[in-house]
Amino acid sequence: MATATFKIWRTHSSAPGDGTYQTFQTEVSEGMVVLDVVHSIQAQQAPDLAVRWNCKAGKCGSCSAEINGNPRLMCMTRMSQLNLSEPVTIEPMRTFPPIKDLVTDVSWNFRVKKGIKKFKPRQPDAPDGTWRMAQRDVDRVQEFRKCIECFLCQDVCHVLRDHNKHDEFIGPRFFVYAANLEMNPLDTEDRVDDLKDAHNIGYCNITKCCTKVCPEHIHITDNAIIPLKERVVSRHYDPVTRLLRMFK
Amino acid sequence: MEAIPVRIVTRGFGETSRRDSWWVTPVAIFVGLGLFVVYATWAAFQNAHYAYGSYLSPFYAPEIWGDSPHAWFGPKPDWWPSLAPFSPALLILPFPGLFRFTCYYYRGAYYKSFWADPPACAVGEPRKTYWGENSFPLIFQNIHRYFMYVAVIFLFLLAYDVWLATHFTNPQTGAEEFGIGLGTVILAVNVVLLSSYTLGCHVARHLLGGLFDEISKHPVCDKAYSCSSALNSRHQLFAWCSLFSVAGSDIYIRLLSMGIISDVRFF
Repeated sequence: MATATFKIWRTHSSAPGDGTYQTFQTEVSEGMVVLDVVHSIQAQQAPDLAVRWNCKAGKCGSCSAEINGNPRLMCMTRMSQLNLSEPVTIEPMRTFPPIKDLVTDVSWNFRVKKGIKKFKPRQPDAPDGTWRMAQRDVDRVQEFRKCIECFLCQDVCHVLRDHNKHDEFIGPRFFVYAANLEMNPLDTEDRVDDLKDAHNIGYCNITKCCTKVCPEHIHITDNAIIPLKERVVSRHYDPVTRLLRMFK
Repeated sequence: MEAIPVRIVTRGFGETSRRDSWWVTPVAIFVGLGLFVVYATWAAFQNAHYAYGSYLSPFYAPEIWGDSPHAWFGPKPDWWPSLAPFSPALLILPFPGLFRFTCYYYRGAYYKSFWADPPACAVGEPRKTYWGENSFPLIFQNIHRYFMYVAVIFLFLLAYDVWLATHFTNPQTGAEEFGIGLGTVILAVNVVLLSSYTLGCHVARHLLGGLFDEISKHPVCDKAYSCSSALNSRHQLFAWCSLFSVAGSDIYIRLLSMGIISDVRFF
């Protein structure tokens, strides 16, 4: 057992949204993850420390936080990945309003999701009301279904984080969601105009930060955002494809 | 449940809780791209030492007008304005240059390194306003595919230059003979790297098959999409390797032409 120092963000009850770091020292051992440390501190030193968690297996997406400034899941960040010779900082996600300590209000994301056109399947392929899809076509969108909605990609996206474009920009998580629907071979809905005008995909400037922080290793930028951007280009910015569509 | 409005306190330039050396990558990209732009600009304005025998520098290929035997239409045309600087490279470099400038990989790289937008992931920015690629001038990034079309044509022209670079003049007989020199190999590697970069670009991937939701119904496009996707997964690597190979090819031919080094003939 070794002793390590953790600086955890605590909100002030007198001034919601404001807070400071509180320093804790606790024992850590091999195999522990950051969420274990937070639970240990919660059990022994700060019973009022608020943290959201659920599965502790990297599948529920609840324990998102910023560890040493990097957006990560607390349950998937092992002690061996951190330099314990200096204090480890644990902060809430900075892109969402704080509720208490490490817990933020991510409800904005659920409101955004409601604004994206829903799945609208084509007529069934078979008389029994079922559809047929080639595995090749399924594989392409399957990657997007791995998303656990941890919202780390939303947290790190500078359009939301630094420029506060929450009213205009839906963020990487929902471009993945839109790509999943838009590239689905059964879907007949058209979201390209919305992606350009309502969801402002043009705000994305390809920094790939969302891809870097994704705990499910979804290629958000390469496989979701850029292909959607190219669909917008074909529809709105490419005069040749616009001309060809006129003759179809 | 009552919705809490999103109200974020923005951070100042460079402000971050990150402990790692987040500034190393943007600085390295700034230095690497900066050196390339400076060297390419200098080389383009030289209008000299760009050809050696059957070798032609990729900065000057294709040579539409110029003084070397590679020129398609002879020396500088009479109608060229006397006050305007002339170099064969100035006529063609804007096309591959704009292809790279509008490339999705380079966009992400230089927005960070040259414009600090953001300087690195989860690091504060210097500006409060933001337009992204939604409005002028960055909305023009959307014409990337047209520069890709031109870049593909350039691949064929550069491949033809590699073929020409296998023809050497025998100093004794004066006859043309087939051969392979180090310059031939360098130019060939350059074409391979440029092809890997160009055909793996995101636009090529989209146009070759990414635009279909049911790509299984387009078997030829499916194969092309798979190949382009494989190259695309290493797009960053090919972007840098091809950048170095273009500059390296020019440097090698320049040194040969200046008589500083001698070409190595394998056969």
